[in-house]
Amino acid sequence: MREHNVKLSVKNVTKVFGKNPKKALQLLNDGNSKTDILKRTGSTVGVNQATFDVHAGEIFVIMGLSGSGKSTLVRTLNRLIDPTVGEVWIDGKDITKMKKEELRNIRRKKISMVFQNFALLPHRTILENTEYGLEIQGVDKEDRKEKALNALKLVGLEGYENQFPKQLSGGMQQRVGLARALANDTDILLMDEAFSALDPLIRKDMQDELLELQSTMEKTIIFITHDLDEALRIGDKIALMKDGEIVQIGSPEEILMNPSNQYVERFVEDVDLSKVLTASHVMKRAETVQIDKGPRVALQMMKKLGISSIYVVDKKQILLGAITADDAKTAAENGQTLQAIINPNVQKVTGETLLTDLFDKVSTATIPVAVVDENNRLYGILVRGAVIGGLAGNNEVINVLEEAKKEVAADQSSKGGNQ
Amino acid sequence: MEGLLPKLPLADWIDSFVDWLTVTFAFIFDAITVSLEGIVEGLFTVLEFIPSYILIILIGLLAWKLSTKGIALFAIIGLFLIDNLGYWEGMLETLSLVLTAVIITVVIGIPMGIWASQKNTVKQIITPILDFMQTMPAFVYLIPAIFFFSIGVVPGVVASVIFAVPPTIRLTILGIQQVPADIIEAAEAFGSTTSQRLLKVQLPLAMPTIMAGVNQSIMLSLSMVVIASMVGSPGLGADVYRAVTQIQIGKGFEAGLAIVVMAIILDRITQNIGIKKQGGKI
Repeated sequence: MREHNVKLSVKNVTKVFGKNPKKALQLLNDGNSKTDILKRTGSTVGVNQATFDVHAGEIFVIMGLSGSGKSTLVRTLNRLIDPTVGEVWIDGKDITKMKKEELRNIRRKKISMVFQNFALLPHRTILENTEYGLEIQGVDKEDRKEKALNALKLVGLEGYENQFPKQLSGGMQQRVGLARALANDTDILLMDEAFSALDPLIRKDMQDELLELQSTMEKTIIFITHDLDEALRIGDKIALMKDGEIVQIGSPEEILMNPSNQYVERFVEDVDLSKVLTASHVMKRAETVQIDKGPRVALQMMKKLGISSIYVVDKKQILLGAITADDAKTAAENGQTLQAIINPNVQKVTGETLLTDLFDKVSTATIPVAVVDENNRLYGILVRGAVIGGLAGNNEVINVLEEAKKEVAADQSSKGGNQ
Repeated sequence: MEGLLPKLPLADWIDSFVDWLTVTFAFIFDAITVSLEGIVEGLFTVLEFIPSYILIILIGLLAWKLSTKGIALFAIIGLFLIDNLGYWEGMLETLSLVLTAVIITVVIGIPMGIWASQKNTVKQIITPILDFMQTMPAFVYLIPAIFFFSIGVVPGVVASVIFAVPPTIRLTILGIQQVPADIIEAAEAFGSTTSQRLLKVQLPLAMPTIMAGVNQSIMLSLSMVVIASMVGSPGLGADVYRAVTQIQIGKGFEAGLAIVVMAIILDRITQNIGIKKQGGKI
């Protein structure tokens, strides 16, 4: 998604709440802290010089604890809160300089919002709620009904259109909130702690659904959350905020693996690694033998590598099965081919499988578990020690980012396959 | 203190101010008198034209629709009792007066409340005036009301409006400001204009509270009918007033009972208007 254009660009946005923003700004520029400024001017710095770009089609997560200014920041993006200074560019236009009418138009056509506590209109039915954005634009009745029904269908609320919000559960109400935002068909979606009021299971469902919707819609989503797990799950990019400042921006992996300072480090240290790390993070390079080779070749490879079993692939690296050294020996003595002794029932997982889900398979498997892609192509293997090491937070076993392959290779050659 | 500072001639100032008002704005007061009289008499004529038993059934049906079966039954029995005791015409006169006062209250009160809810300065100016209107003994503004509108039903209506309008204004402000901030934000975020926000979001959500204010106004203007009768307004109040001055305990009780019955019916019917409109879901 990197190749997409910049959709939304925030430049140096600062928001000071209070009576004397000028003086507070001055102090801020001189490098005073938020608490100092509060003491000296009585003004609160909500957002401090936030700068970032969001690319089209990206899910950009702004994360921070309560009071870190993330909700204020997201509100400057559609000017529900006017920034004290700074620029917000949407599609090449600075909305902070816009007049009321123009801004209203942006809010109607370009940017819509989903709220933490749903903010549905209690006196209107689900359909009427979903239609709201179109209704105030003067879209005619049939047209807006059709669009609203489509949006409700997208979020799985078909058949509920004549209910009132109070008759629905929290999760369903937030689907209505999402449908209302989708009905307007804007490019940008602001989601302010959209799933935070929901209980954990529903929240996870909603995250999955959002990702699924996103895979077909390609909206630009700015998602606010205080929950790191949520940020890691759905974010293409994460901005971490503290005291109104953005302390780090990066991909989920960058944030986890290279926390830029102590604050981020402390933030991420509580993360349950087993829920973040995937099979691809801890897999090792797989030693394979091609199916058309004879048992002697396989035996030779195993002997050289000091391992007791090896995976068998075809020319395209498609996984066919595994053979053990003992079987290969018998086959070699009896003049059989690999085809005859191959065991096709091997444990397989995909690269995205989380460590938590891996543990069971790895601990019961007699040979290393294979990591394959959707075409059954073999990518790597999971060695028990590395999975446990990953769970224990041992960074040495974790393949970082693009360095992964090199490291694995180096690792492999220094330690050898420990099977 | 008296020796040091002479007494302020506040009473004299107010007397001359009222005199000046009476003379200068006589044409306005005359116009108000004529139109209010017209409204009250018009209402009365219409109500009187309907045979009592039909009106009773209509009110009973209205009560049934807007409230419960029990209230409908109470309305029918109570109104038959009033008719039976011979206070039907008095009740219609009182009803016309109250309805007129309430219509004016709503017409003035709700827009004032909306205005004050949008602009803080307006609210800050209005609030002490409302306090003044509500706490000043009602008799006090009956006197200038006679000057301006002479005696009869009009000063009664005016005094009722002054006494009854504050709750409508106050609760309109309250209702609008009570609309949750995130719902307002949502309305703004989707690009509502100020009037769209007001008409499609704030007013519908404030409606139950506003109706509670109107309900209060109705009760307050009903409580003014006896006082209004002192300046010559006809109706049940006049019956009570006459009974009091002539020490007729029985008659006074009958007329008082008729007012109570009216009050309960009006209260129960109007209590539920705002709530029913939202399908009971707030």
